[in-house]
Amino acid sequence: MAQAVSQHGHDHAHGHDHGHHDPQELKMLGFWIFLITDVVLFGTLFATYVVLHNNTAGGPTAHEIFEMPGVIAETFILLTSSFTSGLAVLAMNAGKVKQLISWLVVTWILGASFIFLEVDEFIKMVHEGFNYGTSAFATSFFTLVGTHGLHVSMGLGWMLLIMIQLARKGITDVTRGKVNVISLYWHFLDAVWIFLLSVVYLMGVM
Amino acid sequence: MANHSDHSHGHDEAHAHGSLKSYIVGFILSIVLTIIPLVVVLNHMLSQLPTILIIMVTAVLQFVVQLFFFMHVRERQGNQPRWNVMALIFGLAIVLVVVSGSIWIMTYNGVGY
Repeated sequence: MAQAVSQHGHDHAHGHDHGHHDPQELKMLGFWIFLITDVVLFGTLFATYVVLHNNTAGGPTAHEIFEMPGVIAETFILLTSSFTSGLAVLAMNAGKVKQLISWLVVTWILGASFIFLEVDEFIKMVHEGFNYGTSAFATSFFTLVGTHGLHVSMGLGWMLLIMIQLARKGITDVTRGKVNVISLYWHFLDAVWIFLLSVVYLMGVM
Repeated sequence: MANHSDHSHGHDEAHAHGSLKSYIVGFILSIVLTIIPLVVVLNHMLSQLPTILIIMVTAVLQFVVQLFFFMHVRERQGNQPRWNVMALIFGLAIVLVVVSGSIWIMTYNGVGY
């Protein structure tokens, strides 16, 4: 810690032109810690799902209810959007604000398509008699996958606001920090989806 | 000290937010690591245990790819410790205990449900 303080002092003494460095780095670390708490949240939901997924109470089983084509499409859409949000950060680092907003728009559209497919999937499930209260399996499934879907939806609203701010203010220290953070959030959501695909869908239909 | 710190700072700036190449490599690796378990599961190529192993190994590898190629988990300020990595390890330890502990206890729980 003493070292961290001396480092801090050192940067200031030399008057680096990266005025954003310290507060933004601290925000980034704070956001990392938020993501870790989210990891724990998803961990508990995964534990619940894994324990309860065989308790179908006479309702549909994973085999009967999961439709893989839609899930595979969702997977590749989210994976691509994670990539494009990275390209947005690269465009920002190159100082190209139009390119940055364009990549964020692409990311947003991909994210919205993901949510559209997921909601469509849920609606079909409910029509087939598989709803939130059908069984312990259904409840834990909708809670786990729905929590991820809510995270993506929140991210979409947040990204929209950042795009508006970027269009109005351009790339500043503040907007730069925000783009870095949402990009990190977006990569994180893709990482969570990998485990949803693996543990819920792939192990469900195998 | 000043010299060393300046050096590592310059290093950080060069690699801090990744390059186009690292994003493309990460993207391709992610696609490959997604397709492998999909092919194995959808074609029922292997029996249950090896299938689960392949699903979990490719998932963990892809998580690592996201962390290193997209989330730049190794990025840090000068000589400061990697607090984000420490927090991540702590979080993953909790998840491991919660998930494996739940599975363990409920597998042998013949009364609860």
